[in-house]
Amino acid sequence: MSEVQQLQAAPRTAWHVAEVTETRRETPTAARISLDVVGWPGNLAGQHLDVRLTAPDGYTATRSYSIASSGDGERVVLAVDRLPDGEVSPFLVDELRAGDRLEVHGPLGAFFVWRPPASGAVGRPVQLIAGGSGVVPLVAIARAHADAGDATPFRLLYSVRTPDDVFFAAELEAARRGPAPLEVEFVYTRSAPDGSGGPVGRITRERLAAAVIGADAAPIVYVCGSTGFVERVAAWLIELGHDQAAIRTERYGGT
Amino acid sequence: MQHFDGNLLAGPLAEVFAFDPTTARARCNGCGAVAELATALVYRSGAGSVARCRGCGAVLLSLVEGDGRRFVNFTGTGAIEITTAGRDDA
Amino acid sequence: MSFITRGFTGRSRERDDRLPPGQTLVHDFPVLSAGPTPEVDTADWEFTIRTEHGGRRWSWDEFMQLEIEDVTTDIHCVTHWSKLGTNWRGVSLDTLFAEVETEYDYVMAHSYGGYTTNVPLEELLGGRAWVAFEFDGEPLDPEHGGPARLLVPHLYFWKSAKWVRGLELMPTDDPGFWEQNGYHLHGDPWKEERYW
Repeated sequence: MSEVQQLQAAPRTAWHVAEVTETRRETPTAARISLDVVGWPGNLAGQHLDVRLTAPDGYTATRSYSIASSGDGERVVLAVDRLPDGEVSPFLVDELRAGDRLEVHGPLGAFFVWRPPASGAVGRPVQLIAGGSGVVPLVAIARAHADAGDATPFRLLYSVRTPDDVFFAAELEAARRGPAPLEVEFVYTRSAPDGSGGPVGRITRERLAAAVIGADAAPIVYVCGSTGFVERVAAWLIELGHDQAAIRTERYGGT
Repeated sequence: MQHFDGNLLAGPLAEVFAFDPTTARARCNGCGAVAELATALVYRSGAGSVARCRGCGAVLLSLVEGDGRRFVNFTGTGAIEITTAGRDDA
Repeated sequence: MSFITRGFTGRSRERDDRLPPGQTLVHDFPVLSAGPTPEVDTADWEFTIRTEHGGRRWSWDEFMQLEIEDVTTDIHCVTHWSKLGTNWRGVSLDTLFAEVETEYDYVMAHSYGGYTTNVPLEELLGGRAWVAFEFDGEPLDPEHGGPARLLVPHLYFWKSAKWVRGLELMPTDDPGFWEQNGYHLHGDPWKEERYW
């Protein structure tokens, strides 16, 4: 393989004009935003993009958002949570509507990505661990796994405030019911579904140990959430014997 | 002050280099550790981004953008390893 | 290829004659850092001025015995925000330099955590700079530079080094951290000295 081919293995990064095709409420605090991006080269599951907004006086603000979709084509789906003191996220969640245009730079990142193994092959098991809106790139990975009918064992552990705050609930349920193996477990930090009787509260080391694929199965682990969540979970995973090199983390934040 | 991952630098650095260097491994001049830039601790504010070694906290690189210009300083990194051919472990 | 995104204004940007060009008024107090917030106990804190002749060192208790001033001033961050009429308490650098002899003209401020920034000595004198340890009547919060930060309000605020631990006199105007990485050696907000 030539050097040029290797470097171009991931879709080429560039600035693009994106037109909003649909925006809808994802959770009480978040919106799902579908974009039509002319010239978008497609993206891998787990990649992100930078959004740049420009005000009439020339002021610009740029923020990074994970992409919930993957594959070829010019349609890109984001899910953005409104941060209370934010400058960009409240605009994206509350103001943006179909027909609006914004600038996006991407696809970005080649570290926090998952590629399906070659047809028929079974890759290393994959454990996905999400805190809050950190689930977005993991949804892209879980859906890519489901769409490929990939036989690799997958598990998702998803820490979320309440059932109403779950992102892509229907898509995750469809992926779970599909032929590609995917188990989904929720940790509710504020309130669990009615009648579930399950525990409520922040994830603990014990809960993590019980829910994730064991270190003996040598899974690749993707962890995405707030900095505090990721630091805590990654430290516990290492204590539980997981190989640090097999843990991929992405901390999110921003305004 | 919240910090982030080196992943966050993929966008701005891809505009500097002909490729996204965040999967490249770099040597920390502070402690000698070798790690993917994507795993560095990134402190980002309006002033710029500062990537620090996850092991020792030393500054690996800084990135300042403004006024139509971009300043990149890799002063804290030694060699940067860029996979060219024959290896695909992603 | 920038174009305007309908409806996006960003934070409200009020105009005011006290605002230097390119600045907008904020009412909160944004936090900018190039690294983790150091935890410095006042029992361990000390402040030094180092010169070609040696230097001078103060403990926290000694520092509190110096003449303390109340300062009300506007502050301007290079990231385009300004705050007007902020209230600080601290020790004037005129007081500190009254006990120091030097022939050198430039200063490097050093902070706990390793941050540095350069300022010409004459810009630190004449009632224009302080080591501040209170903001709005409260001890300075660590994320804003506590226990003590440099306060040089007539220059962009990156010059007002957080967690300051000392000043080093220099014969030449060597660049500090941000100044090595793209920011202006001097940093006058009224001249918009933002970058090289």
